Amino acid sequence: MFEALSDRFDGIFKRLRGRGRLSDKDVDEVLREIRLALLEADVNFKVVKSLIERIRQRCLSEDLSKSLTPSQQVIKIVNEELTQTLGGETMRVSYAPKPPTVVLMAGLQGSGKTTNAAKLARWFKQQGRNPLMVGADLQRPAAVEQLRTLGSQIDVPVYSRPADPVTVARDGVEQARDLGRDVVVVDTAGRLAIDEEMMEQVRQISGAVDPDYTFLVVDAMTGQDAVTVAESFHETLDLDGVILTKLDGDARGGAALSVKEVVGKPIAFASVGEKIEDFEQFHPDRLAGRILGMGDMLTLIEKAEEAYEQEEAEKAAERLLEGTFTLEDFLDQMQAIKKMGPLNNVIGMLPGVPKEIKDVEIDDREIARLEAIIRSMTPEERIDPDVIDGSRRSRIARGSGAQPGDVSQFVKQFKEMRKMMQGMGGPLRRKKKKGKKNRKGSRVTPKGSASKTPQRKLTLPGLDELEAGLDRLEGQGLPDLRRPV
Amino acid sequence: MTMLTVVVVAVALAIVIGALAGLVISRSRRQRALLEPPPRAPMPAPPEVVEEVEAPPEVVEEVEAPPEAVEEVEAPPVKPTFRERLSKARGLLSGYVSSVLSRSSIDEATWEELEEALIRADVGIGTTQDLLEAVRREVETEGLSEPSQVLDCLKSHLKQELADPIELHYADAESPSVWLFVGVNGVGKTTTIGKLGRRAQLDGKSVVMAAGDTFRAAAAEQLQMWAKRVGAELVRGNEGGDPSAVIFDAVARADARGFDLVLADTAGRLHTKTNLMEELRKVRRVADKGAGEVAEVLLVIDATTGQNGLVQAQQFADAVEVTGVVLTKLDGSAKGGIVLAIRKELGIPVKLVGLGEGPDDLVDFDAGQFVDALFE
Ligand SMILES: Nc1nc2c(ncn2[C@@H]2O[C@H](COP(=O)(O)OP(=O)(O)O)[C@@H](O)[C@H]2O)c(=O)[nH]1
Ligand SMILES: Nc1nc2c(ncn2[C@@H]2O[C@H](COP(=O)(O)OP(=O)(O)O)[C@@H](O)[C@H]2O)c(=O)[nH]1
Ligand SMILES: [Mg+2]
Ligand SMILES: [Mg+2]
Repeated sequence: MFEALSDRFDGIFKRLRGRGRLSDKDVDEVLREIRLALLEADVNFKVVKSLIERIRQRCLSEDLSKSLTPSQQVIKIVNEELTQTLGGETMRVSYAPKPPTVVLMAGLQGSGKTTNAAKLARWFKQQGRNPLMVGADLQRPAAVEQLRTLGSQIDVPVYSRPADPVTVARDGVEQARDLGRDVVVVDTAGRLAIDEEMMEQVRQISGAVDPDYTFLVVDAMTGQDAVTVAESFHETLDLDGVILTKLDGDARGGAALSVKEVVGKPIAFASVGEKIEDFEQFHPDRLAGRILGMGDMLTLIEKAEEAYEQEEAEKAAERLLEGTFTLEDFLDQMQAIKKMGPLNNVIGMLPGVPKEIKDVEIDDREIARLEAIIRSMTPEERIDPDVIDGSRRSRIARGSGAQPGDVSQFVKQFKEMRKMMQGMGGPLRRKKKKGKKNRKGSRVTPKGSASKTPQRKLTLPGLDELEAGLDRLEGQGLPDLRRPV
Repeated sequence: MTMLTVVVVAVALAIVIGALAGLVISRSRRQRALLEPPPRAPMPAPPEVVEEVEAPPEVVEEVEAPPEAVEEVEAPPVKPTFRERLSKARGLLSGYVSSVLSRSSIDEATWEELEEALIRADVGIGTTQDLLEAVRREVETEGLSEPSQVLDCLKSHLKQELADPIELHYADAESPSVWLFVGVNGVGKTTTIGKLGRRAQLDGKSVVMAAGDTFRAAAAEQLQMWAKRVGAELVRGNEGGDPSAVIFDAVARADARGFDLVLADTAGRLHTKTNLMEELRKVRRVADKGAGEVAEVLLVIDATTGQNGLVQAQQFADAVEVTGVVLTKLDGSAKGGIVLAIRKELGIPVKLVGLGEGPDDLVDFDAGQFVDALFE
């Protein structure tokens, strides 16, 4: 029934191939499709608006990566925005210093409060706790019976009696204290967000039991109204988290985005079936793919990107060691490195980097400055910086907002670095899968070669040392250098 | 050493080491991949074989007094009207309408606001665009220029779309009629049966309720309390038992005693679960097999449901020939606009509307009031 977003994009993007950046008009067209997809996924229209704005900014400001088609690239941006919105801080349940830890379940009728009270109680049991459940839904016929049945299935006692819900909830916590139970899960009646009387009742229940955690239980099939519901419950109860239910169906689950935007608290758990064990931690990335209707596509994009970046990095490293590295390569690789985080952190993670470099506080604005300088050069200049004469230099300086002196100093440094690196060759060639053309210059002792550059004041490590360092790291769970940490 | 040198050298080192590290990482990833189980598919549907579902411990009847004061038969109170109940929730969309009406002419903003109003009501973007396209054409051919005329035009389109006979059918012959209630989990099937029991009681019809939800904890108890409340007969089986058998028994009982109507409850099920949908087909077949006749198959849709409601309707209609929709929880802030898409795409009419949790909170669907409420 729903057309995959990727299919819709393909038509639009056929025209765009080979272009480095999307124009305003292209972006508008693409965003229209994204808007439709998000609305079909039940993301609230207000939330869609703010998301679309964020996505627009990124589409206009980011260069198109060479590893992905424009369509893949936009999908990736959308996916990242969604994942970020859905994710953020994860929930870490801590326990009240003075037991019991009290958990309050709230939500609309039929959203899954009672079922998930039991799921949660079972989860606490698995964490080594001794929960008790309180049946404070005295409204829906047989709601307490339902909770008792579930309680007996997971061997968790249930407290309830026919009285008013506020009293029952308070007494339930009292009972837990008496029985030495350290967690109490309070189930409440379903209520409409606009039912003032019932909202007041749940406020009083909350006041009576003073919960450590209040969860809003939200059905994944909910439509636009999710925002109203979340706002109202959050205002009344000051929620700590959300439990998203019925994710075992095929609803896109856009309501989760709406709720997350409103409440700003983590979506802690996902309920994925009617059985008590169908309960798991929430995965923002999975839901993002599902909202877009393209989980597989996203995996593909990720793989394509990884493979491409890896290949490019290897090629660039090879050219660097060969001495055929250009400023264009430098720019590309700087972009890739930037994605991993601040340069200081990246360098800090690398084994074998000389202390002189590790210790310097690198200002990342410096990288931006260099980027600007390279971007102001023509392709010819990027490949062969020797053509840069006085007039070209001042043009580049003007274009990048730097001083002509900065430009010449950078070019000089670049050429020196290239010369310096050329000496390190060897292992990469050895490791390459497909043996490529032979290069002159077999392996040179790096330290020896270093002395050939007079200005250099530091000693670079040899590739052997680097490799040994990496191998050591491998045993301890190597940090993934190509992803932000 | 200058900052410039450091940056340039650091980048270069990062390139070389990064490339090396990449080789190592992909190597170790490959190794790890052999050890780890394959990643879980996003949301796998566990194979659900109903027959094998572990039967929860049998519930002892007298375990607990129902918390509710269950009067034998409550006095029939005044029936709520659609409008009265809805008015509680209104005011949400009035912003769009006053904004549309405040403009001196019809412009793009008018259309955008109407679109937003419909989307906010969960009508869905596809149906919304189709509707507005039709209205646009009419506005053009009729030469309408007042914003209020556009609004009226849209409303009459919607009302036309939803204007269906809402009558609930009974079996022709002497045999008892069976009304089967289906839908996803928690939408209000059982509650609707309870309310219809009250209505039948007021109409002087005799009712047997069939507790066909043998799966959810205490589902039969819930229906039992309803039966007691509205003075209906109840037939139930064992938890975890065969729902078809329960419904078959209920029909037989109704036939033997000359009852008019069997209201058959079923367990909530997501339309994506093939074996549960298969089970439902069987329930429908069996309900028709005995002395009774299935006269209505009512799909219960919760008004808060978003676009998934359309897929639900399609799947349930495919499985059990749905004859009408019951739109529940319209007393909340949700608008239930998905029924428009269901009507337009699948031709299934809305017949009843749930407006609360009490036995009298059920009214006939009224297209005019429903549409007015969308914009009030
Ligand atoms: N398929 C599915 N059904 C669920 C899930 N969570 C709850 N349910 C069902 O949804 C219905 C309503 O759940 P319940 O706990 O009674 O909701 P409450 O009214 O909020 O207490 C029941 O039929 C549950 O079995 C879920 O994650 N998946
Ligand atoms: N506010 C409101 N609540 C309703 C309505 N219909 C059902 N409910 C509530 O929704 C919840 C689930 O209803 P139930 O009949 O158990 O759903 P089932 O799982 O489909 O049988 C219960 O708490 C009902 O009281 C309605 O029209 N309005
Ligand atoms: Mg409940
Ligand atoms: Mg039910």
